[in-house]
Amino acid sequence: MENKQVPDEERKINRLIKQRTVISFTVFILLIIGAVICWNWFNNSPEDNGALRPLRKVLTANEDIGRKLFKNRNLAKEYPKSKAENKVRVNGDIGMGDEFDANKWHLIIMRHPDCASKDSILELSLEDVKGFPKKDLVFDFKCIEGWSQITYWGGTRFIDFLMKYHLGTHSGRSIDINHPEDIYNYVGMMTPDSSYYVGIDMLSAMHPQTLLCYEMNGAALPMNQGFPLRLIIPLKYGVKNIKRIGYIYFSDSKPKDYWYEQGYEYDASL
Amino acid sequence: MIYWANDVYKLGWGDKTLLKFFPDSFYAALHLDARLAKGMAFHFFFMWLFFVNGFLYVLYTIISGEWRLLLPNRKSFKEAFQVLLHDLHLSKYEPPKDKYNAAQRIVYTAIIIMGFGSLATGLAIYKPIQFQWLCTLLGGYEWARIEHFVLTIGYVLFFIIHIVQVLLAGWNNFQAMVTGFEVESLPPTPPDNTIIKTDSKE
Repeated sequence: MENKQVPDEERKINRLIKQRTVISFTVFILLIIGAVICWNWFNNSPEDNGALRPLRKVLTANEDIGRKLFKNRNLAKEYPKSKAENKVRVNGDIGMGDEFDANKWHLIIMRHPDCASKDSILELSLEDVKGFPKKDLVFDFKCIEGWSQITYWGGTRFIDFLMKYHLGTHSGRSIDINHPEDIYNYVGMMTPDSSYYVGIDMLSAMHPQTLLCYEMNGAALPMNQGFPLRLIIPLKYGVKNIKRIGYIYFSDSKPKDYWYEQGYEYDASL
Repeated sequence: MIYWANDVYKLGWGDKTLLKFFPDSFYAALHLDARLAKGMAFHFFFMWLFFVNGFLYVLYTIISGEWRLLLPNRKSFKEAFQVLLHDLHLSKYEPPKDKYNAAQRIVYTAIIIMGFGSLATGLAIYKPIQFQWLCTLLGGYEWARIEHFVLTIGYVLFFIIHIVQVLLAGWNNFQAMVTGFEVESLPPTPPDNTIIKTDSKE
């Protein structure tokens, strides 16, 4: 390009190249700056029950989608007893303190959130809980930490238990699927020392595989598996399968939940 | 991100471990120990970004017709091998290419398939009882987890190679990635000696 007669066409093109390059790189750099700003905003946002607020919002939205999508809950796959693990993994020990006196244990149930009257509290023995047809369940127990294990449990179907004692309804009548408005939204459970507690949506609690469990591998529950009574709920991660139930109560708002407060999602549904 | 509390990811059998993907020093260095809840929260947040981004990208390639330049063709597999030899400096021959060379075609298509794989295995792990059929299809819960993890390792490798290739390709290529076109000067003199090729090589 020695001669000065640079064609108009070429100058135009050069200008166009320059323009587009500048615009593109400006957008590119702005996007990077935007990403950094977003990230900082994200990390400095306040916490809601142990999770950064934007993350908590997304977790809650995910749970809402899950609840709408999976109205008819599937059954968890069941296995033959021969497939069950002999050495059942012990993971959590919160609420499993040594001071527990099995002889004094009673299951205490609050029919309604405000237990004003004496008859809204029900006190049951282990024999009472066992007074139902026993359901054996061999399933793949899944831990939120990433491991899973095929384990064998036995107990009373929670739905049978609710029906017999007329629990889980505002009216105090037996649960009627045709009157969902009468059913409490949640059931809460707590260890006798109140140190571990879970909240479970009633749809999952009423699932036919949800058990008040008193047996493991065909024998009484070991101490470290929550003797005398624990929850087995295949539709949820292990964290919801509370050991050593001391209290059961019903509520329309979310009962407090140990791991939810630590930043996990509430439902923990599978 | 999800495996900060219970590290099940290692190569080995029984109690023997060949390789731990995330040794304890990894967590210590990044201050990531015992933060499973946060990891999960991020995971279930970014899954939406992953899905929406992938969806829009695929939609764009379909609408723009770019897919024609991205899908491998009959010659691609042979040429991809030649590209490999060339890039490793084992051969001087560089096979002809359009916007993307044969290796890029294969890899950029594979990454989309991997994306679908991550989506499917992810859903299977996320709701293994509600998506029981999907979980079974993928070989069961444990297998779906492994597949999901292997795919993730695949992305990491893709990312590393991608970055190295961009560094090796030089500034002009990087500029093209950002602006969407590459400037080429042509030696022959006819009137306009600069042309715009709408060309970007990512």
